[in-house]
Amino acid sequence: MSEHQGEFDAVTGRHTTGHEWDGIKELNTPLPRWWVITFYLTIVWAIGYWIIYPAWPLISSNTTGLLGYSTRASLAVELANLETIRGDKMAALAAASLADIEKDPALLALARAKGKTVFGDNCAPCHGSGAAGAKGYPNLNDDDWLWGGTLDQIMQTIQFGARSGHAKTHEGQMLAFGKDGVLKPEEIVTVANYVRALSGLPTRKGYDAAKGEKIFAENCVACHGDGGKGNQEMGAPNLTDKIWLYGSDEATLIETISQGRAGVMPAWEGRLDPATIKAMAVYVHSLGGGK
Amino acid sequence: MNKTVNPKDLTSDGDNGPLYVAHKKVYPQSVSGTFRRIKWGLMAVCLGIYYFLPFVRWNRGLGAPSQAVLIDLPNSRFYFFFIELWPQEVYYFTGLLIVAAVALFLMNSVGGRIWCGYLCPQTVWTDVFYAVERLVEGDRRERMKKDKSSDPMKLERISEIVLKHSIWLMIAWWTGGAWVLYFYDAPTLVKELVTFQGPMIAYIWIGILTATTYLLAGYMREQVCTYMCPWPRIQAALTDEWALNVTYRYDRGEKRTSVKKAAELRALGEQVGDCVDCYQCVAVCPTGIDIRNGPQLECIQCGLCIDACDNVMTKIGRPKRLIGYDNDINIHRRQEGKAPIYKIVRARTVAYSAIIAAVGGFMIYTLATRSLLDVNVLHDRNPVAVKLSDGSIRNAYTVRLLNKSGYDRVIAIDASGPANLTIHVVGADSVTPDRPMIVIPRDSTSELRLLVTAPAESNTEKSIPVRFHVTDIGLGEAASATDNFVAP
Repeated sequence: MSEHQGEFDAVTGRHTTGHEWDGIKELNTPLPRWWVITFYLTIVWAIGYWIIYPAWPLISSNTTGLLGYSTRASLAVELANLETIRGDKMAALAAASLADIEKDPALLALARAKGKTVFGDNCAPCHGSGAAGAKGYPNLNDDDWLWGGTLDQIMQTIQFGARSGHAKTHEGQMLAFGKDGVLKPEEIVTVANYVRALSGLPTRKGYDAAKGEKIFAENCVACHGDGGKGNQEMGAPNLTDKIWLYGSDEATLIETISQGRAGVMPAWEGRLDPATIKAMAVYVHSLGGGK
Repeated sequence: MNKTVNPKDLTSDGDNGPLYVAHKKVYPQSVSGTFRRIKWGLMAVCLGIYYFLPFVRWNRGLGAPSQAVLIDLPNSRFYFFFIELWPQEVYYFTGLLIVAAVALFLMNSVGGRIWCGYLCPQTVWTDVFYAVERLVEGDRRERMKKDKSSDPMKLERISEIVLKHSIWLMIAWWTGGAWVLYFYDAPTLVKELVTFQGPMIAYIWIGILTATTYLLAGYMREQVCTYMCPWPRIQAALTDEWALNVTYRYDRGEKRTSVKKAAELRALGEQVGDCVDCYQCVAVCPTGIDIRNGPQLECIQCGLCIDACDNVMTKIGRPKRLIGYDNDINIHRRQEGKAPIYKIVRARTVAYSAIIAAVGGFMIYTLATRSLLDVNVLHDRNPVAVKLSDGSIRNAYTVRLLNKSGYDRVIAIDASGPANLTIHVVGADSVTPDRPMIVIPRDSTSELRLLVTAPAESNTEKSIPVRFHVTDIGLGEAASATDNFVAP
């Protein structure tokens, strides 16, 4: 061995890098020159990229590059292109009647897809992303409708809302029988139990059913109808079914009768274009609750 | 590659060697023999398949592509002769990849880097490019001389260079062109391409593949194998002591002497090696190594050195296969005077073959028994269940029906599970109540919203399995899927 141990590997006769791990020395296996040149070329490419495209953050803005390219602008262009591409389909949607849309599988699929997206953006905050609703906000998957569940009725509700202030909106509200002093507290308890009995729920021991019926007939029938079947003209719910918007327990019913209820649904006409409202009506109808 | 230096001859200067090496051009000599013939044959088969397969037709009926092998990206279909794969069957490719990987392992444990030497696209195209170079510029010596010559370029030489690069570019262009034909109806695309009506993406891909073929096969060549390819590193870990690698049988070759001296010594009855140090094995090597230095990373085991050595051995009247497919075990056995043994059937090769057979068999089985009608069901998650005004429960499902056949089908949907259930498909008008019927066009899928309603009183479990049956009412073919019916 030569005196410069570690510089050369005796077996291969090649240079080593001088690095040694537990007696194993690393051979110097040089990279080919073209590889290095390729590396330098990537640096040149990167510099060119810096100049041509927006790259450098400055204090209040950034370099805009020679091409004036921006991802935001290109997104806007692509969205516009998308509108153009979908133009025909949306026009077909706008032209078709609600019933025809449901019968045509292609239009139905389009309306459902469009409706679902728009629902997520606009309706989900109140009705939930799957339209399951919440206390005070109707579940749109079930078959109970305050203002009617046909395609046209759903469309009308979306267009004009409920108690929204729009000229054509649905009107009607549950009066505050307790707050306004129309009924005495014990009368409210009695009628609340009577209403529970209407839908087969258990009642408080010893409550006077006859009295409840009398109070109901005098105060509630005007809106909720004979036997409490409800009235969609006024958005008066059916009190004989198993679905309760605000809850069916005695305390909630007492609160409802005492304080009244008047949930608001905004009108979407003017905020969403007619084809989109149509798509949404079809979507909501297809959730499963539509009549 | 770096030449071996005797440590004694080294005069160290404290220098650790160059950081970067300039490319040393390899000038492989032409050679003929068994392995060269195998290589020509395999090259013809591989390139033949690659260049002409897109033009093979396959009748799939009206409206379906009539190309035997087609990757139809816009419609998400893959056609391979009688097989039509859908995106959700992409796991067949997983199986194919497993088989391919294990086949590579098997090749490696039987015969070393057979893939590298004979079948790898880099090897095949480099070989083609070398053949063109040899045809235009002459063999090793001529090429070396021409490259070294510092004379001003003569017209003849210039035309040679132009011709070589033109042929290279034509091959490269055809390689890129054949690639795009796998993604579109080949005859139509050829017509469109030559009339400049083809899609831009086709031209771009032809450009990319022309450039890479030209660069990799014309210039990078063996450097792809030594610097870029991970396989030499992996195969070193996969190979074992029984694998047949291209091996210099040093037991027979050493000591090396000239032909004349060997003859003299043999006449005196002395032991001499067969290697006459003619360097023919080095001259023909496409990666420019000396196989007599033992197994090396650069060696792609193409066997051309075997042919070169055999030719020399024949000429000098010595037995062939001084270099051959062998292993160190046999070299040692011969040195000990024992007969060499070749073990192809080993635990490793049996295991690899078994894996290939199992995966391949499973793939063939599933392909043969797969249904052309399928149904996928996804339960609505929000809300999972809805209580209706009469107290009954309703669950909603997204049902996807797949009609993989070449004809439209009328599908009836039934469900079973919860007691007294009723089903409804949104948008479907049923003739038979509770048995919705849907038309699914040929070779397509339909997504449906399906509602299952059941009375709460007769279904008191929190979750009841529900089974969806779909039946082609024409042919009777059926499929089913299971999900759960959940109470609120």
